[in-house]
Amino acid sequence: MPAFLFKRFVNAAGVMLAVAFLAFLTFRFVGDPVELMLNEQASQAQRDELRVRLGLDKGFVLQFATFVGNAVRGDFGISYRNQQEVFTLIAERFPATCELVLVATFLSLAVGIPLGVYTAIKRDSLLAKALQFISVLGVSLPSFALGILFILVFSVTLQWLPAFGRGEVVQLGWWSTGLLTASGRKALILPGITLSLFQITLVMRLVRAEMLETMRTDFIRFARARGLPSRAVHFRHALRNCLMPVITVTGLQIGNLIAFALVTETVFQWPGMGMLFVQAVTFVDIPVMAAYLIVVSFIFVSLNTLVDLTYAWVDPRLREDALSGGANAR
Amino acid sequence: MPAEAAKPGRLRRFLDSDIGWSFRRTPAAWLSALVLAILILTALFCPLIAPQNPHDLAQIFIDKAEIPPIWSQDGEWPFLLGTDPQGRDVFSAILYGTRVSLIIGFSAVMVSMVIGVSLGLISGFYGGRIDNLLMRLGDTVLSIPTLLMAILVSAIFRELLPPALRDPFAAAVLVLSISLTSWVQYARTVRASTMVERRKEYVLAARIIKVPAGRIMRRHILPNTLTPVMVAATLNLGLAILSEATLSFLGVGMPITQPSLGTLIRIGNQYLFSGSWWLVVFPSLQLGLIVLSVNLLGDWLRDALNPKLR
Repeated sequence: MPAFLFKRFVNAAGVMLAVAFLAFLTFRFVGDPVELMLNEQASQAQRDELRVRLGLDKGFVLQFATFVGNAVRGDFGISYRNQQEVFTLIAERFPATCELVLVATFLSLAVGIPLGVYTAIKRDSLLAKALQFISVLGVSLPSFALGILFILVFSVTLQWLPAFGRGEVVQLGWWSTGLLTASGRKALILPGITLSLFQITLVMRLVRAEMLETMRTDFIRFARARGLPSRAVHFRHALRNCLMPVITVTGLQIGNLIAFALVTETVFQWPGMGMLFVQAVTFVDIPVMAAYLIVVSFIFVSLNTLVDLTYAWVDPRLREDALSGGANAR
Repeated sequence: MPAEAAKPGRLRRFLDSDIGWSFRRTPAAWLSALVLAILILTALFCPLIAPQNPHDLAQIFIDKAEIPPIWSQDGEWPFLLGTDPQGRDVFSAILYGTRVSLIIGFSAVMVSMVIGVSLGLISGFYGGRIDNLLMRLGDTVLSIPTLLMAILVSAIFRELLPPALRDPFAAAVLVLSISLTSWVQYARTVRASTMVERRKEYVLAARIIKVPAGRIMRRHILPNTLTPVMVAATLNLGLAILSEATLSFLGVGMPITQPSLGTLIRIGNQYLFSGSWWLVVFPSLQLGLIVLSVNLLGDWLRDALNPKLR
């Protein structure tokens, strides 16, 4: 077990180093940071001074080491566009993205699991087949187009829900939440649904496949033979056995959802990290781009590692497998 | 195989094979193939079909701006799906945009397939240190969310190009950024089957008579690894078209001068509150239709080629 733990951590650290290297290369070689940070009237002395202050006169390896050291301490430099600390910018936007992603995750489980169970139990019914088809449809329609269509129907035409923004937010320490006000909750509905649709189809297909598999096993047959009502068989026995992979996939997908939230945030003008990143890309605000990349990858890699470790802890067979380099949870 | 004998019989043979039988029996498969064929043909021959060339300023009239679709009260022939605020015909713009989207999608799949298959072959054939290095590289690529990676790569490449070259090379940058993030799947599949194939006797025989390694990989092993690659390629085509549309929608893809479907949706999105709903609805529907038919086709192909399900 310690060898396995060590190996997983080294792996995760290696990936993070690679990501940091990519971010560093972007920062260092896409445009000259000195030129981008100063205005045109700056004198040569000012340029040299900034160059020294940023450490750009040092060797390549040393610069990278400094970059990594700063990133570990949460120091991502100063935004080119509005001269604010990148860390503060991201910390301000983080709660908005986080709430959106959590709502989407909750929706995907609350809707996806019942639909999956239904399509598995009543697999030949017309409704189940229709749901199966809709799930392909949900994967095919791009989420930004769906979001726009939602705005068109529910905001522009029916005027039921707001089309953009977070509504009123309440400040709890450094965390700003929209969950405590009516307008905040209302503003969450459309973006939440848009972001969760893909996830719902994913959970639904997964639960359906797992349920179909489990329903064929002996213990289900035995439960039926005991004369248990079918509701108990389906939910108490079969569904419980399907939940492990669902929880894993949900955990792994949170990282993807954070990345995908940037599309939803752009559509709904949601003031989260994703929108910050998209704006940074448009203005070539490289410190913000680099920081976002590192933060999101960090969340992504941590979740992956955590899921792998939990699995190895629960199931000893996986430890052997992972040690020989076979396991690649996705 | 004599060419003249192969040509007329090929379609017949396809329809008579196992796959062809399953194809004929699955309405979702041939319907989506039909829709896809129509979409591809209309997009390829768009200059002949479209009532107007949306890139030719001489054919655009500003007094025909923001006409709603033909079935609404103020609709006007020949603007089937209405016009945009510059007087551009939406139907024509969609046909031209579909062509851009399809070309980028197909190229991205081709490029990522070539990269992935070659690296997978090398990795599986030689094993050892090269294999380890390539697979770790693949792990790293997969450990960053694909969308994020694609945005970043395309932003970096665009920034590295001189401003005058950015628009002409926008499509190439997109293809590159999508392929660089999606080759891993091909590499993994091909690597796995190569590792099985290379131990078989026909490969051993080829080695004994000193066939060069490159030739063994290309002519002997490659054909035996292609079935899963074809399934992955079809399913990835849908993904590639979606990625392109997403990048263009976010503003890091195709420029307004050569709009893809994603760019059209981006433009239409700006007029969302002015009541010109047709600017955004029709490109979205077209995009959904393309990806849906590709996905249905891919799902069918996966099931049809899966020996376990037969």
